[in-house]
Amino acid sequence: MSVHTLIDLPELTRLLRECAGEEEGVDLDGDVLDTVFMELGYDSLALLQVVGIIQRDHGIELDEDAVAEAETPRALLDVVNSAARAERIAA
Amino acid sequence: MTWQSRAKQVPQGGDGSSDFHSEQDSSGPAGDEQGGPAMTRRVAITGLGVVAPGGIGVKAYWEMLTAGRSATRIITHFDASPFRSRVAAECDFDPEAAGLSPQEIRRMDRAAQFAVVSAREALADSGIEADTYEPTRIGATLGNAVGCTTSLEREYVVVSDGGRKWNVDHEYAVPDLYRHFVPSSMVGELAWTAGAEGPAAMVSTGCTSGLDALGHAAELIREGSADMVITGATEAPISPITSACFDAIHATTPRNDDPEHASRPFDRTRNGLVLGEGAATLILEDLEHARRRGAHVYAEIAGFASRCNAHHMTGLKPDGREMAEAIDVALAQARIDPSAVDYVNAHGSSTKMNDRHETAAFKRSLGHHAYSTPVSSIKSMIGHSLGAIGGLEAAACALAIEHGVLPPTANLTEPDPECDLDYIPLHARERRTDVVLSVGSGFGGFQTALVLARPERSSR
Amino acid sequence: MTAQAVVTGLGVVAPNGLGTEEYWAATLAGTSGLGPVTRFDAGSYPSRIAGEVPDFVPEEHIPSRLLPQTDHMTRLALAAADWAVEDAAVDPAALDEYGMGVVTAASGGGVEYGQRELQQLWSRGKEYVSAYQSFAWFYAVNTGQISIRHKMRGPSGVLVTEQAGGLDTLGHARRHVRHGIPLVVSGGVDGALCPWGWVAQISTGRLSTADDPDRAYLPFTDQASGYVPGEGGAVLLVEDAEAAKARGAERIYGEIAGYAATFDPRPGSGRPPGLRRAVEEALADARVTAAEVDVVFADAAGVPELDRAEADALTEVFGPYGVPVTAPKTMTGRLFGGGASLDVATALLSLRDGVVPPTANVTAPADGCALDLVTGSAREAPLRTALVLARGYGGFNAAMVVRRV
Repeated sequence: MSVHTLIDLPELTRLLRECAGEEEGVDLDGDVLDTVFMELGYDSLALLQVVGIIQRDHGIELDEDAVAEAETPRALLDVVNSAARAERIAA
Repeated sequence: MTWQSRAKQVPQGGDGSSDFHSEQDSSGPAGDEQGGPAMTRRVAITGLGVVAPGGIGVKAYWEMLTAGRSATRIITHFDASPFRSRVAAECDFDPEAAGLSPQEIRRMDRAAQFAVVSAREALADSGIEADTYEPTRIGATLGNAVGCTTSLEREYVVVSDGGRKWNVDHEYAVPDLYRHFVPSSMVGELAWTAGAEGPAAMVSTGCTSGLDALGHAAELIREGSADMVITGATEAPISPITSACFDAIHATTPRNDDPEHASRPFDRTRNGLVLGEGAATLILEDLEHARRRGAHVYAEIAGFASRCNAHHMTGLKPDGREMAEAIDVALAQARIDPSAVDYVNAHGSSTKMNDRHETAAFKRSLGHHAYSTPVSSIKSMIGHSLGAIGGLEAAACALAIEHGVLPPTANLTEPDPECDLDYIPLHARERRTDVVLSVGSGFGGFQTALVLARPERSSR
Repeated sequence: MTAQAVVTGLGVVAPNGLGTEEYWAATLAGTSGLGPVTRFDAGSYPSRIAGEVPDFVPEEHIPSRLLPQTDHMTRLALAAADWAVEDAAVDPAALDEYGMGVVTAASGGGVEYGQRELQQLWSRGKEYVSAYQSFAWFYAVNTGQISIRHKMRGPSGVLVTEQAGGLDTLGHARRHVRHGIPLVVSGGVDGALCPWGWVAQISTGRLSTADDPDRAYLPFTDQASGYVPGEGGAVLLVEDAEAAKARGAERIYGEIAGYAATFDPRPGSGRPPGLRRAVEEALADARVTAAEVDVVFADAAGVPELDRAEADALTEVFGPYGVPVTAPKTMTGRLFGGGASLDVATALLSLRDGVVPPTANVTAPADGCALDLVTGSAREAPLRTALVLARGYGGFNAAMVVRRV
């Protein structure tokens, strides 16, 4: 993880748990970086809730289409962290 | 045989919400099974009243719809500047000018005011006099999804002192707070307006509430619980909490720079619904009663069915399966072949998910005929008024049959290639219309289909 | 032949018992679930007694994914629906998905959830409003969540008639069955035990202000001083009798034999109220005479003039002291959309066991209430037919006849 990482996987799974609960039979602490959200039990509403909180608490704005296309934790982390880096550079 | 296949093969098997047949059919197997012609009451629409964005009253409403004019604009009811979506279709409604007394205005939420004003118009339109029906034989149903939201939020802000107090302050509560809290008070207002003392109920199935209230009302007449029902739907949801809810799930459009073209069902560039408000009231009567008193009949409620997708509280599956099932059952009840449908009034909420879902449903149910059947969404003009929209759409369908004109889908300039039916883009179309299908789809998974038809149609 | 609608499963969540048998044992024993409000600090309000469902641990009944998106009353409803399905020994996956409907009653929606989100919006800003608020508070939520959980895709609905809703939904379920739907999950589970819901009710002037739980809700008595709100209700599995038989249903609690709903005339019209007519129409619908009714479960508003109106209606139909009348809701409080469904469940249990539960804390009816009120302890009697009454705020009346089969 680079120093410019705003959010890492444990933080993302913590937020998912807190905002949207945890699907039975899914081990969020396992190797889930490339598992699609639907398989982890999270639908678009769960992701909207989590993404809303990330944007709010970190004061960043994420591209809606990019978020909608992020199907895995890795893809979503990429969207979040690259946006954070871009904002930092812009600042 | 499963219930489903039985319903499809033997139409009189009926739907959960209604089961009815034409009088011509009463000697057939349906009449026999149901115990004879007494069970075959038909339901007529004999009065209409409307409060809509861009037009108060049926005449203004119909002129606006057939002109293809959109009433969507930047929200004026409150300062919407913090919100992602700032567009809505608002009614220019002055309760005093609309005939409400000061006490009525104080007592009623905006949604109830809409309902009562449209109810008075509908009653006058029907020509029903105070003594036409025994009060105990008049029912009332009202569709509504989010209750007295505007009043409740306003009062919440006061009793919580701007959200500061969890233990909200009862000493600041208005006397009518509970009437707002329990939205069934609104159907009470409707019942009082019509002098109804028969069965009364508010039907609240999210965005299918309006159609479902009509189906419920028709059923009360068919089963003999009432001879006349005042029914309809109302909603006045344009309030900060509603905007906050829909913002959070990106349901409403962020097209704030072009508000009058923001609701674009079936258009490639649509990106969310536009909130609306308004009410419609329909007077339903037992067709025989209506004819005996020489009433003008706009249309007959010929079929109705609702299904649930049991899939997701807000999401839809792309295959349109459950909506198609509702359409199939409603048409089977009406004993109308899918090929006889002249016009489909779509849910057309201006979201990609919905537009594809229902396009798939129409193809499933109407087969090849779907491609030659005109379909339109009036939400392009009056927005999506949640629980009220089904009533407003049913009123538009009755007027389409009455006038032989189909309202267009406004703002449809770049068709979504995945939505490949005839959506009546931009301009109204003249067409003799005997059979109309109106569908709705709502949070909670509700899928509803209503069939309106000219009573003396040939395609029975 | 009109299909016969029978009840084959019950799921009860009540302040005096979680689960049907626990509730029934407490109710027969006259054990009340009313007590001081614990869910919020009611100290600043004139009313401080409620019927709270104790010992309901959401995590034990509700999947983790549903917890952030459900109000307390929806969680109670989901649990009750699970138990009703279990009690009927139905496997929804084995039945036709379009042959199963869900109809529930609502009154104020998910009020506690809604208050929390309103507070987030107004105290902190729109970014703090949950993505789930869009449906978690709304009136249709319980029907939607139950249908998803059990994959029931038949006709579904939600009726709002305040306290009459618990009967109106069961009447509507019977309608569905009569039109060929084999199975409908129906009834109401409701509650609004939060400051916002509390204050809304205080505004009616009908909430009891007594601080002694045993003296707070005394319908039909001289001391009646209002009602006590509670939470909970019952989910009932309503089936076509033939379909129930065909799938080998083991238990039939009884038949929904009659139902009627009326609306009161506009105040000042001089016309009579609609409760008596609802009773008469429900009896006619069930094709029973007043003499054949063995017990009445009263609406029991706890407000003197409303109690008097109900007593008058019953006296007009059944004669003075003409039928045993009881109000077990004195042990649960009034449950909004859930109360009348719970009364129907209670009536069916009474028919099953031949015993009428008592009206708790009431010793004798007020002068002028010519009712044979079952007080003190449960009364054993051979029972075949029961009548349940409900009134919803603003003029809604409903009556339902259930019968042993």
